[in-house]
Amino acid sequence: MELTPDDTIVLTVGGFALNATILFTWIVMAILTAVSVLITRNLRPDVPPDRWRTTLEAIVLTIQSQIDEISARPDRRLLYFAGTLFLFIVTSNLLMIVPGWRSPTASLSTTAALALAVLVAAPLFGISSRGLGGYLHSYVEPNVIMLPFNIIGEFSRGVSLAIRLYGNVMSGAVIAAILLGVAPFFFPVVMDMLGLLTGVVQAYIFAILAIVYISSATTPPDSSSLPAQEQT
Amino acid sequence: MTDLAIIAAISIFTAGLTVSFGALGPALGEGRAAASALSSIAQQPDAASSLSRTLFVSLAMIESTAIYCFVVAMILLFANPFWNAALESAGQGAGG
Repeated sequence: MELTPDDTIVLTVGGFALNATILFTWIVMAILTAVSVLITRNLRPDVPPDRWRTTLEAIVLTIQSQIDEISARPDRRLLYFAGTLFLFIVTSNLLMIVPGWRSPTASLSTTAALALAVLVAAPLFGISSRGLGGYLHSYVEPNVIMLPFNIIGEFSRGVSLAIRLYGNVMSGAVIAAILLGVAPFFFPVVMDMLGLLTGVVQAYIFAILAIVYISSATTPPDSSSLPAQEQT
Repeated sequence: MTDLAIIAAISIFTAGLTVSFGALGPALGEGRAAASALSSIAQQPDAASSLSRTLFVSLAMIESTAIYCFVVAMILLFANPFWNAALESAGQGAGG
């Protein structure tokens, strides 16, 4: 029983073991890069957009509109960051319909790296929009007593981001493998459909939470960035 | 009972207990969250998009507690460090 694709060694090159996580991560990156390059190859105003370019524009605009709804002060760089997170996670989750595919997000290493990227990005966005003092002041927001709890909260966010995605994707794969032994041919199909749904939902939630965390780091305390409290 | 049997029995029992308790709380919490969201959408249909997005994020937060319990149960069943250590020591004791 393998819980993680980290343990699957595909090949060993000169003492360096290439495990399945790295391999499939690179495959996802190659797919995303190749598709983007191929679609935007002849991006000229006089060429009418074909169906591929329209698809890509729809995806990017949807992500942009989601960001605009959540974030009080939308940042162009936020689209690049959160959009990349979403596309990477959703691609690696949806490719599980390919036989033999091991989703890289079923490994705690991948999800921890993604969560770490969000943890590093939030202070960077915060400092770039509010200045170093303004960002550091957010840690002593109600009063100084809350400082350790704010710091703990920052780290627990990252841990929960990583473990949420890992647990969801890994549990889907594990339950499918168990049911394959119990009742083959029918139940795994149902569980795969459920896995596709949770894969998309978890990718969405990861990206949304990343946007929420970064927005809360960039907005000054007088204007709330919580989507529940915005006045429309 | 040997050490191996004790470790196996307690691990399996605890894994079941972990999943059952880890399903109880989040199920109640998600039910309440969904019920509140539904009644809010019934009162304010125009705010449905913002409400459902907040609901999804909240459900993810609640869901993660259930996932923690599930991950612990999976570790107990399939990647139990004590079980592996006991197996190794048993193998060494048998000269294997």
